[in-house]
Amino acid sequence: MRVTTAIIGAGHTGLAMSHCLTARSIDHVILERGEVANSWKTERWDSLRLLTPNWLSRLPGQGYHGDDPDGFRTMPETIAFIEGYAAAISAPVRPHTRVTSVRIAADGYEVVTDQGTWQCRVVVLANGSCSVPAIPPVAAALPASIRTLTVNQYRRPDQLEAGGVLVVGASASGTQIAEEIQRSGRQVTLAVGEHIRVPRVYRGRDIMWWMDGAGVFDDRYDEVDDIHRARNVPSLQLAGSTDRRTVDLNRLSGLGVRLVGRLMGIADGKAQCSGSLRNVCALSDLKMNRLLERIDAWATAQGLDGEVDAPERFEPTRVEDSPPLGFELGDIRTVIWATGFHPDYSWLDVPVFDRKGRIQHDGGVVHGHAMYVMGLPFLRRRRSTFIDGATADAQDLSAHLAGRLDHALS
Amino acid sequence: MTTTKKPVDNGVNVEAILGAREALTEQPAGAKFKWRAKCEWLTGTHSRSTIDGFYGLGEEQKHRTKFTFDCDHPEIFASEDKGATPVELVLAGLASCLTAGVASVAQNRNIQLHSVTATLEGGMDIQGILGIDSDVRNGFDGIKVTYDIKADATPEEIRAIVAQSQKRSAVYDVITNPTNVTVEVRA
Repeated sequence: MRVTTAIIGAGHTGLAMSHCLTARSIDHVILERGEVANSWKTERWDSLRLLTPNWLSRLPGQGYHGDDPDGFRTMPETIAFIEGYAAAISAPVRPHTRVTSVRIAADGYEVVTDQGTWQCRVVVLANGSCSVPAIPPVAAALPASIRTLTVNQYRRPDQLEAGGVLVVGASASGTQIAEEIQRSGRQVTLAVGEHIRVPRVYRGRDIMWWMDGAGVFDDRYDEVDDIHRARNVPSLQLAGSTDRRTVDLNRLSGLGVRLVGRLMGIADGKAQCSGSLRNVCALSDLKMNRLLERIDAWATAQGLDGEVDAPERFEPTRVEDSPPLGFELGDIRTVIWATGFHPDYSWLDVPVFDRKGRIQHDGGVVHGHAMYVMGLPFLRRRRSTFIDGATADAQDLSAHLAGRLDHALS
Repeated sequence: MTTTKKPVDNGVNVEAILGAREALTEQPAGAKFKWRAKCEWLTGTHSRSTIDGFYGLGEEQKHRTKFTFDCDHPEIFASEDKGATPVELVLAGLASCLTAGVASVAQNRNIQLHSVTATLEGGMDIQGILGIDSDVRNGFDGIKVTYDIKADATPEEIRAIVAQSQKRSAVYDVITNPTNVTVEVRA
């Protein structure tokens, strides 16, 4: 089978690209291992809602017209939104078509799937950044009697045995999961490394409204000081909920969650934690205050000071003077790894990787290839991390793609 | 309005550090270093360490001169106090590492330092090292570092420099995180 462009993955980024290619009359196919919005259907916990409000969860040509612009979509609502989008744009999706290899061929690439082989000139990798859980090596030392789950295997607290739970990682997933497990009556210990604290609501508006307005999401990959560092920043410590609550470490310790430093080792039945907890919390508080300063400056420049609530600074993260440097694993029945993800390119047989297995690309344009990558954190802008980032990224990359095809023809 | 501002100079060659960072990103093998010390027992609790060569950038390297450090214990331990105690050298190592970081981070953030003083205190219950109570650890029960810094910067900026310095400090990592120590005896 022959097609100009093969898009791998029918999630929000693949569909956004499909929309833009259709607008440019570039023929394409979307190869999807499962169904549209597959990861959202099969790899998310039950209570999860999007971290971005409805008005900010847009796709190309599709804004939000419902009656709850400030709400956060549940997983079924997110799936319905993405499926509805696929139908609305008549996306050429081939479901249940798993890509097993992409390799260089004459005049482009050969994309091998379990449903046949495609020849194409351009490949778009839109298969998501949260495919393979990044589990630290210390996991290997856990006793076999302790059950371990990754974030994409976790569903709800009653799936867990009674007894203590260690959640490793305090970014968006780790803090939300720690909160609901603690509220289920299980004692949670949360191992905290670097994290990014933000309030859900600031000066009466959603933090995303401020970040969008102040241009934080529009910071570009080729203009920030150190893009590698920016791409590795942990996810914002945020939750989407109907009561718009802030789920930060102060809330969690108020609920009884025990905070410990980053999990560093396991020896003699004990977990060893880093003594850096106070510093990672100080770094996070300082970073939050710098963001709030940027927001306040923007608010003043826009003349919003009379319209919105007064500036506010939040209580620093409460950390005990001498946080525990370890704890007995005997009380822990379950460990949940909320330590991030890597994309899965195990089937990509094209030499595009750096020594750490990351795709080498310039804002999504893969070095030296007629290949594009989408959906990675800070791909082209800070916004790229969110569903809403797919619009501008797909517009930019489809324009580049079209230019490449025109050039090849002329 | 025009102002002539003196360029920020904390005596740190940030360009060289950033250049090395770039070069070692391309050549990660060169980033593998080995730090070394040699220690000779003199008498009693008095010993002398010499620090001379190390390995890095793919080859053997040498300090400009050989450095020596005497360690002993104070007279209240019935020693002769011919040098600082080893745990005090650990505090000195931590202080110097964090302070080097403060200077480098400040330079990189274009902030002029005027004075930087770190005061350190490590608490220790010596029932541990004396074997009186096996529940008491040998090492510090905590280390307190207090910085007094004068710089052309806001208090928040200064706090951010000190926090970043901890994030990038080798000795801070050595002390706050477990490290495997292998001791062999050549008989």
